[in-house]
Amino acid sequence: MSALRTWIAEGTAQRWLTAAAVLVALGMIAGLVGVVLEVAGGFFWPHRLLQLQLADGSKVLGEVWDREADPQSPGMERIRIKVGNRDLLGADFRWVRESDARKREFPAGAWLVERREYGNFYGFPIRLELASATLAATDPLFGAALEREVGSAHESVRAERRLLRRVDRLHAPVAKLMMLQAAAQRRGEDTHVLDARLAKAQRTEDEATRPIMEQLAAVHERLGQGRLLMRTADGREKQIPLLAVVRAVPVNTLNAARKVGLYIGRWWEFLSGEPRESNTEGGIFPAIFGTALMVLLMTIAVVPLGVVTAVYLNEYAREGAFTGAVRLALANLAGVPSIVFGAFGLAFFVYTLGGGIDRLFFSDVLPTPTFGTGGIAWAALTLALLTLPVVVVATEEGLQAVPQAVRDGARALGATRWQTLRRVVLPYAAPGILTGAILAVARGAGEVAPLMLTGVVKLAPNLPFDSVPPFLHLERKFMHLGFQIYDVGFQSPNVEAAKPMVYATVLVLLVLVVLLNMTAIMLRNRLRRKLRGSAV
Amino acid sequence: MNAHAESLGVKGLVLGFGETEVLKGIDLSVASRGVTALIGPSGCGKSTLLRCFNRMNDHLTGFWHRGEISVTGRDVYDPTWSLEALRFQVGMVFQKPNPFPLSIKENVLFGPRLAGITDMATLDSTLSRSLQRANLWDETKDRLDASALAFSGGQQQRLCIARALASSPDILLLDEPASALDPIATAKLEETLAELSREIAVLLVTHNMQQAARVAQRTAFLYLGDLVEEGETTQLFSAPREKLTEEYVTGRFG
Repeated sequence: MSALRTWIAEGTAQRWLTAAAVLVALGMIAGLVGVVLEVAGGFFWPHRLLQLQLADGSKVLGEVWDREADPQSPGMERIRIKVGNRDLLGADFRWVRESDARKREFPAGAWLVERREYGNFYGFPIRLELASATLAATDPLFGAALEREVGSAHESVRAERRLLRRVDRLHAPVAKLMMLQAAAQRRGEDTHVLDARLAKAQRTEDEATRPIMEQLAAVHERLGQGRLLMRTADGREKQIPLLAVVRAVPVNTLNAARKVGLYIGRWWEFLSGEPRESNTEGGIFPAIFGTALMVLLMTIAVVPLGVVTAVYLNEYAREGAFTGAVRLALANLAGVPSIVFGAFGLAFFVYTLGGGIDRLFFSDVLPTPTFGTGGIAWAALTLALLTLPVVVVATEEGLQAVPQAVRDGARALGATRWQTLRRVVLPYAAPGILTGAILAVARGAGEVAPLMLTGVVKLAPNLPFDSVPPFLHLERKFMHLGFQIYDVGFQSPNVEAAKPMVYATVLVLLVLVVLLNMTAIMLRNRLRRKLRGSAV
Repeated sequence: MNAHAESLGVKGLVLGFGETEVLKGIDLSVASRGVTALIGPSGCGKSTLLRCFNRMNDHLTGFWHRGEISVTGRDVYDPTWSLEALRFQVGMVFQKPNPFPLSIKENVLFGPRLAGITDMATLDSTLSRSLQRANLWDETKDRLDASALAFSGGQQQRLCIARALASSPDILLLDEPASALDPIATAKLEETLAELSREIAVLLVTHNMQQAARVAQRTAFLYLGDLVEEGETTQLFSAPREKLTEEYVTGRFG
């Protein structure tokens, strides 16, 4: 008994308990990151294609996705195979009983064709059909020719997109006039001046776009000619236009270097590409961009507001009922569910503020809203409100840490209160302010619910920042990694196939938050070093 | 200015915060050259008296006073004399070194920049002269853009002196400037003060009677808000007129 008491008195028990708590916390974090890394990291690695011959004589070709105990025959397993070929089979996945499998092999001639539509195609190539020639799959030049033709198809697609963008830009004045005309008609106003302007603008547009249209026709002629003829495992033939091919690889015969190349290529496509197939395939670049830009805008909004608030509370306001009430309100604000902020953002920023801006500056296109609908600016402001308490509290702590002696020193040199604040107190408190910004970024980057009400969409055709003046389009809706995770993971028609995409998106979001944080922390440390002085 | 002219003066000064009376009627005159030490036990009001001259007490809650406080013969509460202008004239150095989170150069030039001086030549000459007068030039001339916070305590305190001197004050107030310093840094600081006192008036609050004896030409002894005795330092320490002074300087209380 007394030994136990000594053991507790010495603090050994407490030390083990605290260490255990740290271990639990670390374990949970490591578990989360580990699962995400494993699923996301493995997803882009090329998997071999397994061909099974079943008891009924049919053949199945695909990637082994999953295996579990067969509920109908104990002791045996069943395999979930990603068979792809959604356009032929209707579903991407198929369960196969292990007991049904008669023969299993990894056929050397099996190819994986990633397509822009209908997901992956697994099968065996028969021949490549080009405008000028056909090339059988048995031809030794087949692989190289296919790669070249797919590459030139990609090039044509890019050229087409470039031309279409130019057409789009030329169309912008006409689109604007058409919107004005429609709005005026709805309001029952006389439109004949607008009609005349529109007709003129259309003539100008026609003239300007004619050469582009000719180029476009030429591109179209080049496009859509090559075709890849494939055969599925069960003998059906399928013609795939090269335009629809993202990449085609003989996945069972790849050497290690090509596997690594493919892996990196797929990651790159994921990070830099546009989404396909309602976001379950392709890339997430618009979401990465939207998240980063939104967090940046939020930081720009919240840091000055929070700092000014904290300065007033700490430097100017007399301590008392008022400051107490403000601090209490801020502390409670930090505990309000984020969806409430979303509702507030929708009601105040979007409808009231945005609606007001529309009535004042964009009344000619009403009832079509410009700012009176969700947009990246409103989302950023809503999150700024959400993260305001964090910045205020951190800044106040920073201000309180400024020694009275330093303030007195500045006053004694003849500095006014404001000069003292600006030249001495704020620089001294800068690391604290940055700590607040770091916490705000971490909180803001991971928030989804308020965004769903204030401007996030599943698919935004245009980035909120581009080469069209005024470059930064604050009224545009945007894509966001957090929303993408929710949408692809839980709202998509093909959840099983998209699952690894969800993990990969989580990984990207985690990395993005870490990067944003590290930037801010590095900035703070540099400031601290400058403040404390390096030991020379 | 005449070497014997009065630089700092109080007449019938009664002062306090809220209900508490800290100084109970003080008359004191400080010459415009030389070091004057204020000694006395903790809480006797010597720091409060010191802070009267640049009106630092005004920022404390409940501060009130009666009587006259003058600097170079002028009432410090003269409405035509702004607080900032007064403080350019009366420099102050605090108990703990309080360099600003700026470079050495910007610390020293803080006052001149506040005064609106932007001419680089003037600023540069002020910088070097102030650092030289504070005996800090040799240590800092190669690293003027380094952070002041990387300095040792003694260097920081002399930097604070240089900073106060950059506004070219006629008076320097020091509130126990050596209490956070080691003996070597203290000796350097005292040397600096001795040199400065040939040009300006130095009023030094100190706990340390040896320090007062070493650097001050005149010493004033305060006790519980009263000025007990003021006179030549040697006389005050060797042949005090008051019994209280004798007991204090011989270490029987305090």
